[in-house]
Amino acid sequence: MIPKNLRYATTHEWASLDGDVCTVGITQFAVEQLTDVVYVELKPAGTKLKAGERFGEIESVKAVSDLYAPVEGELVAVNDAVVKDPGAVSGDPYTKGWMVKIKVAAGTKLDALLSPEQYEQQIATQGH
Amino acid sequence: MGQRTCLYDWHVAHGARMVDFGGWDMPVQYSTIIEEHTAVRTACGMFDVSHMGRLSFGGPDTLALIQKIQTNNAATMKDMQVRYGLVCNDQGGIRDDVLVYRWPYGFAMVVNASNREKIVGWIKETKGTLYVEMQDQTLTTCMIAVQGPKSAELVRGLTEADPSKLAYYYAAPTRYAGNNCVVSRTGYTGEDGFEFMVGAKFGVQLWEELLKRGAKPCGLGARDTLRLEAAMPLYGHELGEDIDPFQAGLGWAVKLDKGDFRGKDALLRRQKDATLPRRVGLELEGKRIAREGAKVRRLVPSPLAGRGVGGAQDVGTVTSGTFAPTLNKTIAMAYVQPSVSQPGTQCQVDIRGSETAAKVVPLPFYKRAK
Repeated sequence: MIPKNLRYATTHEWASLDGDVCTVGITQFAVEQLTDVVYVELKPAGTKLKAGERFGEIESVKAVSDLYAPVEGELVAVNDAVVKDPGAVSGDPYTKGWMVKIKVAAGTKLDALLSPEQYEQQIATQGH
Repeated sequence: MGQRTCLYDWHVAHGARMVDFGGWDMPVQYSTIIEEHTAVRTACGMFDVSHMGRLSFGGPDTLALIQKIQTNNAATMKDMQVRYGLVCNDQGGIRDDVLVYRWPYGFAMVVNASNREKIVGWIKETKGTLYVEMQDQTLTTCMIAVQGPKSAELVRGLTEADPSKLAYYYAAPTRYAGNNCVVSRTGYTGEDGFEFMVGAKFGVQLWEELLKRGAKPCGLGARDTLRLEAAMPLYGHELGEDIDPFQAGLGWAVKLDKGDFRGKDALLRRQKDATLPRRVGLELEGKRIAREGAKVRRLVPSPLAGRGVGGAQDVGTVTSGTFAPTLNKTIAMAYVQPSVSQPGTQCQVDIRGSETAAKVVPLPFYKRAK
């Protein structure tokens, strides 16, 4: 269920580091909690973000949630496909449903984020 | 932990997501809200509404008490008829919105879950020396709503008195599987439909029989999007102690000529008050949803002629908003100043800090084809 090659934020974003570019999306668990996603808004490329800062919002029929950057850096790409079709996030949150790419400082590691096992433990206590 | 209906274990066993609603642990959804919403609009869905309060009244002064406690006229109701009414405080504000059932031998009333204890207390206080026996049957019974264009076909022959023969807003005391049952042609979705009340012991049996006949289990999430499209008010959002029925657009359920009732004097005054905010429907641009509390604003021209827009003025507040799956539109209900309440009026809604264009539209947003 939870991809082993990713790291996770307690706020349900996933992060994947490739060189100095970190790809970010939200987890399957988050998608299931939200359900019926109707709207995704992402900050434009060029935005500088601190870790924990808001990079957009996702809205479902039920509620709206902010999206938080798991790492510090500059937004270098946003996935327009999920803005145009928010359903893509629910359908495939780990690949087609990625949201933003953040350029991080050289040498940045994702150690501060949760491991897949830690994240699994977190949602086990929240899940239904 | 909240109170549980007799279907609680079924909901949990079948993967429903549970939430607290008016002190009850209730299913918000089993699949997705949009899927359940669509089932009700196109076929048939069913809802556990056992959290709603069910009160039963008997005794020689029952009609007098029912007349005193709510705004509609129960004296003109036929036996087996159901009528919508409001319970008002002495300032004319709404304490609850209720359904009144008239039986040959008494009355029944269905009240909102979150208001049940308040209304029971209010009735006892209002009763005074009237000779009426009231029973709160909420915890010993179960209530299931079956809603959608295929519901009449689906419930045919389910109870001894065939529900599909009931007229709209009529009820029948009958039997289900040999036990007492009440069925009415009522609902809260804007579709044709039925509501069944049976003993709590038989709730799961009735639910599973409905399931077998093809009704899709639906949660409070879809119930909310359905009632919003149909512009039905929800207590705590569109209705409250500071809002009177005229403001809410429910003046048709207030019969000021029926004799004395609680709130009448205040309502006589408030009916003529043209300054109070009114309930309206809003259609918004874009996909962002205006949630409860969002401010409604109106652009006002600059006081200097020819200088365009001078600023924005707060003219109201959103009480409920959603994405309307049937209409594929973003909608909301709001209370706004009377000057802004005409359909066609342009306004702005502040959605989390950004202004979104909206316009006032006639209610309901959705009306079923008859």
